[in-house]
Parts: sequence; structure tokens; C-alpha cells
Amino acid sequence: MATMDTAEPSRRDFLYIATGAVAAVGAAAAVWPFVDQMNPDASALALASTEVDVSAVAPGQIVTVKWRGKPVFIRNRTPDEMKKLAAMDAKSLKDPESDEARVKKGHENLLVVVGVCTHLGCVPLGHAGDFDGWFCPCHGSHYDASGRIVQGPAPANLPVPPYEYVSDKVVKIG
Amino acid sequence: MTMILSGSKLGRAVGAALLAMGLGFAAAPAMASEAAHGPKVEMQSWSFAGPFGRFDKGQLQRGYKVYKEVCASCHSMKLVAYRNLADQGGPGFTLDQAKALAAEIKVKDGPNDAGEMFERAGRTSDRFPSPFANDEAARAGFGGALPPDLSLIGKNRAAHRGGLSFMADPFTLYAEAGPDYVYNLLTGYVDAPHGVTCDGALQYNQSFISGSCIAMPNPLSEGMVTYDDGTKATVEQYARDVAAFLMWTAEPKLEARKSTGLKVILFLIVLSGLLYLTKRKIWANVAH
Amino acid sequence: MSGHSTYTPSNGFTRWIDERLPIIRLSYDSFVAYPTPRNLNYWWTFGGILSMMLVVQLITGIVLVMHYTPNTAMAFASVEHIMRDVNWGWLMRYMHANGASMFFIAVYIHILRGMYYGSYKAPREILWILGVVIFLLMMATAFMGYVLPWGQMSFWGATVITNLFSAIPVIGDPIVIWLWGGFSVDNPTLNRFFSLHYLLPFVIAAVVALHVWALHVVGQNNPAGVEVKSEQDTVAFTPYATLKDSFGMAVFLVFFCWFLFYTPNYMGHPDNYIEANPMVTPAHIVPEWYFLPFYAILRSVPDKLGGVIAMFGAIAVLFVLPWLDTSKVKSARYRPLFKQFFWILVIVGCGLGYLGSQPAEGGYVIASRILTAWYFFHFLVILPVLGLVEKPKPVPESIMADVLAKNAAH
Repeated sequence: MATMDTAEPSRRDFLYIATGAVAAVGAAAAVWPFVDQMNPDASALALASTEVDVSAVAPGQIVTVKWRGKPVFIRNRTPDEMKKLAAMDAKSLKDPESDEARVKKGHENLLVVVGVCTHLGCVPLGHAGDFDGWFCPCHGSHYDASGRIVQGPAPANLPVPPYEYVSDKVVKIG
Repeated sequence: MTMILSGSKLGRAVGAALLAMGLGFAAAPAMASEAAHGPKVEMQSWSFAGPFGRFDKGQLQRGYKVYKEVCASCHSMKLVAYRNLADQGGPGFTLDQAKALAAEIKVKDGPNDAGEMFERAGRTSDRFPSPFANDEAARAGFGGALPPDLSLIGKNRAAHRGGLSFMADPFTLYAEAGPDYVYNLLTGYVDAPHGVTCDGALQYNQSFISGSCIAMPNPLSEGMVTYDDGTKATVEQYARDVAAFLMWTAEPKLEARKSTGLKVILFLIVLSGLLYLTKRKIWANVAH
Repeated sequence: MSGHSTYTPSNGFTRWIDERLPIIRLSYDSFVAYPTPRNLNYWWTFGGILSMMLVVQLITGIVLVMHYTPNTAMAFASVEHIMRDVNWGWLMRYMHANGASMFFIAVYIHILRGMYYGSYKAPREILWILGVVIFLLMMATAFMGYVLPWGQMSFWGATVITNLFSAIPVIGDPIVIWLWGGFSVDNPTLNRFFSLHYLLPFVIAAVVALHVWALHVVGQNNPAGVEVKSEQDTVAFTPYATLKDSFGMAVFLVFFCWFLFYTPNYMGHPDNYIEANPMVTPAHIVPEWYFLPFYAILRSVPDKLGGVIAMFGAIAVLFVLPWLDTSKVKSARYRPLFKQFFWILVIVGCGLGYLGSQPAEGGYVIASRILTAWYFFHFLVILPVLGLVEKPKPVPESIMADVLAKNAAH
């Protein structure tokens, strides 16, 4: 039927094309629910925030909490660590970002980052590596105390999750 | 077209067979001699019935109030969370209203860093609280009778209507046996007829499907719940509103289902028509 | 699939593939060039509809397993989680539950079509037997699937049906305990039913492949019940049968969607929305509607073992149907007496279905016994005798002759 020699499409051709097009649209629309069902469901979305009391995190300490099934590092940096970070040149980094941009005003010592290596998803070790930040044992990425990638295969800094201080002591992640 | 003709001959025969069966079994209920008088369950009219049915948001909000102030003191509703109150196709509370309603309850959470359980204000992800710690505690509180969980009561109770009325339901799309039953049960506390006595704490209910006497005391009385929207505070109104609310908790995706269905069915009718025309064109010059 | 194909793909790449794996040739011969009798009516579209339903059930089933938990403590809640929280979960679950019913509606029509037109007769005995095997596998799959939501009917249905095997003398009780993996229907039972419910559909698909293979060897029967004699009797599968089947499928989907979207719990039982409770039996245990005729046969026999034998016998008799029917004429069109008995059997089947849903007491039991007796009488006595005493109407010489005669009559 497709190789008919008529110059202009006949009524018959139009009917075949219309039927095929409508069937194709229907099939495409029917696929969506089967794809969308694998997205996070309503109960998973509802659990997307976690509240943490950060007053108990001592200087130098890293606390790991779970948020959306992933570890989140909360690190209270010491003045010494802050000094070292201030001395670093953010522009020379692979993923240039200043430390101030990664913390909340008034709580500069407190860093909150998602504890998942941006290379292939392993959990980096705290207080380790050449820059006294984090070190990923899987493929050797070194992060500084701001969670920024300094050396190794990881392409980006440890991401900062959306969070806010609901009071001076409590942080709400998500 | 001859194919359709030969098909419809078969179709007529099937129809005749079904009719014969219907006639044959119309007499069947008479065979069940001891079927006495069943529970009295009258059909009600509901905004969510039929292919275009939608929940009445005001009614669901009133029903929630009745549930919360009356039913929830004995019945659990374990499958419904506060976040659902703000869901599409539900009672239409805003997310902030749902948060405020959730914050009214205390939820046991934990353990914290010290290994202790603690209480916190409810969040929208929390389910509705259960009045008893477990079923045994509930039974102990009600002389052995367990108040059923209400999450699915809008679907898991139906009066047996008998006969062949079920054969009409796919055409009339009657699917409200659940809320009909809830409404009738809540308004079914009447004086026991002569000769029927209920033991102890049981009460006579003309609509109860598991016998004549029910362990639940008459839960509703006029004016016990204050409606904010000026709706009359009668027992019938409470029963109707809470039955609608319980239909929603049982079938929270009802609106999405019916609206998707309309689109899908209209589409399929168009597609069927096109396929029929195409098929007819293709077969036009073929004797069959 | 039969004989040597003369087909060669036109394009170089497909020819390259076809010379190494003749899958293109196979598809072409099976679904394009395959000769179909030109007089098939719409009752023949149910084979295609059944294939479609098998695919629907497989896809929705695989999706549901992504969210379901086969554990007695969580099964019921996980199904409700699908209904409430999973994106489109309500659609997947209702499609699967109603899809099972639609599958059975289609298979019953397909079976009755085969009976009416004598499609089980030589040379299609193996084709028919494979069909009965598929039917049995469908029943097993549907039964185990119904257990998975772990509602009251799931639990008590599983208890009653597994207890059927306790009717077997001596080894009955050990078999039931073996089936359960315990001393009642419990978590091990749920787990193995889940495993088998996932496996069996693929077994069905494999037997369907054999069924289709056998069909392509012997060719389709047709309303005239005479074999294809020349090329004149047939048309190419594509586009003729393809389009006709597509139309049939689309209309069937409208029917399916009517239930799916507007009254999705009609063919279910309200009690299955109550979580399983091993301490409380529901007042009336009824299986899903498609088992009701067989359930009525089971209950009509007052003896435990006898009931079980009767029920399985009702299906077993279908296996030997090709040899019970002694008539040489296939189509009921030319068998006036057979045609009447066929419709009586349909009514008896519907009647048994109705009785299966009613309490097993009084007049219902007596009616079940009469209809059960008739069911077996039909297959074991009427069919063999009818072939000997019935005087069939003249059968058309060929399919084309039948078509021309019919068109001339208009």
C-alpha cells in the first residue's frame, strides 16, 4: 500500500495514515504510566526531610545522618581547619566554589554535605586524604574540609543538600 | 458485512441463552427458604457515583471532622496519612492545613542518640493515630469485640443483595455498596422488633450484615459535631458525610481513575472506529 | 512455520541476518504470508485478544512485583501501598486484577468457539490439547495470584483449595503439609505461591508458542468446518487477519476499560479488602467467578474425594473431547442437533457458575447435582451417540463455495 503511485494521497491512504497515527499516539501515551511507576512514590516524597540537632556536634567532629537513604555529613570545623581553607585558592580547583558559598551565614563553621563521592557513589572517609577532608577509598578522590574535590577522578564537589536552620540548634535537611 | 451477520447470529443465540438462564434463576431465590428478611440497606445518591463522579470536597472535610471527633476514638485508620488530606482528588485541605492537623497529634519516635524513644509533634508523613496500641488492647477495651480498621471499610463491606441484580451492575455502574452500607448502618439503630433481644452490651441494628445485634453502640447523635459551613448537624447528615469520607479513604484515587478512564475509553472508541473503517476498506474487494 | 519457505528478504541487511538466523523468514511466513481461511468470523479474533491479554498480564505483573512484598506481615499493606502511593499504582493493580477476569472471559469464548465449530477434530487434536493445558496453567496461575494480596478471600481460598489434596487417600495429608510448608497456609505458602505465580505465566507463554506452532502446521479451522483445499480459499494473514484482529482487540479493550476504570471491584470480592485473619473464616467463601462452575461441581458431590475427582474430571474430559465426538462434520452449522446441545451446555455452564456463588444448601445443591450430571452426560454420552444418530446438513464443497453461496443469498 505504501508504494502506490498516485500523485496526491487518496482517501484510502489518508485513512491508513490516520489509523496508524492514532494507534501510535495511543501506544505512546500508554507507555507513560509504566515508566512513571518507577519514579519515587508519594510516601517516599513525603519522607524527604530530616531534622537534626547540630548543637551536639563538637568542633572537629563529623556526624553522619541519613537523608533520602543517603549519608549526609555534618562537620563542625575547627578554627585551624577554617584557616587552612581560607588560605586555599578556590579558583584553582577542579570545581571552583568558595567555602562561604557552601555554608549558611552565621554558621560558617558548620558544613553540611551529601556523603556520596561524585565519582561513582562510594561513601568517602572523614578526616582522611591529603587535604584532611575526605578520602574516597574506591578510586582515590581527595576532598578538602569543605568537601571540595582537590585531587582524584571525582568531577565535582560533594553536593550541599537543601537545608535550613529551623532554630539555632536544629537543622532541617530537605 | 456478512461476517458480522454470522457473528451476530451467534450473538443472538448467546443473548437468548443468557435470557433463558435469567428466567430459570429468577425463581432461584425462592429456593433459599431460610433467607428471612435480610439487613435493610437502601441505596443512596452520591456525588462520586457514575462515570463522571467526583468527591464533594466540603462533604469530605465534614466527614473527616466526624471521623476525627467520633469514630477515631475507637477505630484505627492505619493506611491513611495526614499528607493524603492535601492530595489531589481528596478533601481539598491545603498542605499547611494538613501540617496543622498533623501537628495536633503526638507521635512516638526514636530511638534517639541515647537509645531512648521520645515524643514529637506529628508530621504530614505520619499516619492517622490508632486509639489502641494493638488489637488485643482494643478487644480488651470492648468486651472482646474489635472495632475494625476504617481505612478500607468503604470497600470491604457490602450487603448481599441476592437474585440477579448483580447482572445489571456493569451497566448501571453501581459501585457504592460500601458507602451505602456505612450510611445505613449508622442510621440503622432502631428499636428491636418484637421477639428480637440483644445480649448485654449489644444493640439492635436493622442494617447490620453479620446478625441483628452489633457491638458498636449507636455512635451518632444530633448536634454532637459542630459543622463550620452551616450544614445541618443531623445524624443523617453525619452518617452521609462520614460514609463519603470513608469511601475516599478506601479509594483515594477514584477521581483520577474516572477521569483517566473517560479519556482512555473515548480514545479507544475512536481507534476502534478507524480500525473498522480500515478493515472494511481492505476487505472491500475480497469475498468473505 | 510448516514447509519450506520461498521468502527472501528484499534488503541486503535483512538478508544477511536471515541467512544466519531465519527469524525474518519465520516471522514473515507466520504473520504475513500465512494463509488464513477467508470466511473467519469475529469469534476467531479471540486468539489475538488472548495473546494481547497475556502480554498485559505479564507487563502489569512485572510492574507490580517492583512494589509488592511477599511476606504475610507486609503483603496486604504493600498492595495498598501500590493502590495509594505508587505513581499509577492503582492503574497497574486494577489492570492486573481485572485483566485476569478479561483473560478468562476471552478464553471461555475461545474454548466455546472451538467447541461450536469442532476445532478440536482431526487434524487439530494436539492443538486442542495444548489449549486445555494452557487453560489449566491459567487456572493455577490465577489461583496463586489471588492469594498474593493476602486478604481474607486470599487466605481462605488458599486454605480450601490446598485442602482439596487432602482428599487423596493415604498421602493426602503429607501432600497438603508439603504444599503449605507448614501446618497451615502461612508465610512459606505465600512465598512459594509468589514464586510460582511469577514462573507460570512464562510457562503459559511457552505453551502458547507450541499452540501457535501447531496451529500453523494444521492451519485454522473455519466456520464452514471444511479444510482449505486451494489457495482460493485463503487470504494472507497480513493485512486481512491483522486488521480484523486489531479491530477485535480494540473493541475488547473498550470492554476491558469499562470495568477497569468504572467498576474495578465488580468482579472481586469485598472481603479481600480485609487483611487475612487465620482465626476468622468469612461467612461465604467463594472463589473468583471463573472458577465458580468447577466449584459448583466440587460441592455437588457429597463425598470429599468424589467431589475432587468430579472437579478435576470436568477438566480432564476436555482432554479426550476429540475422541468423544464421533461426528465427521466439524461445524455446528451443519449439525442441527449438536447445535442445540451445545447451547444447552453453555446454559448449564452458566447455571453451574451461578450455583457456585450460592450457599451450598437446599435447592441449590439439588440443582448443582442435576447440572453436574448433565455436564458429564453431554461429554460422555451425548457427544459419542450424536455422531452416530444425527443426520448432518450438506457441508459445502470448499470454503470459497461457502462464501460464494452466502454472498449469492444476499
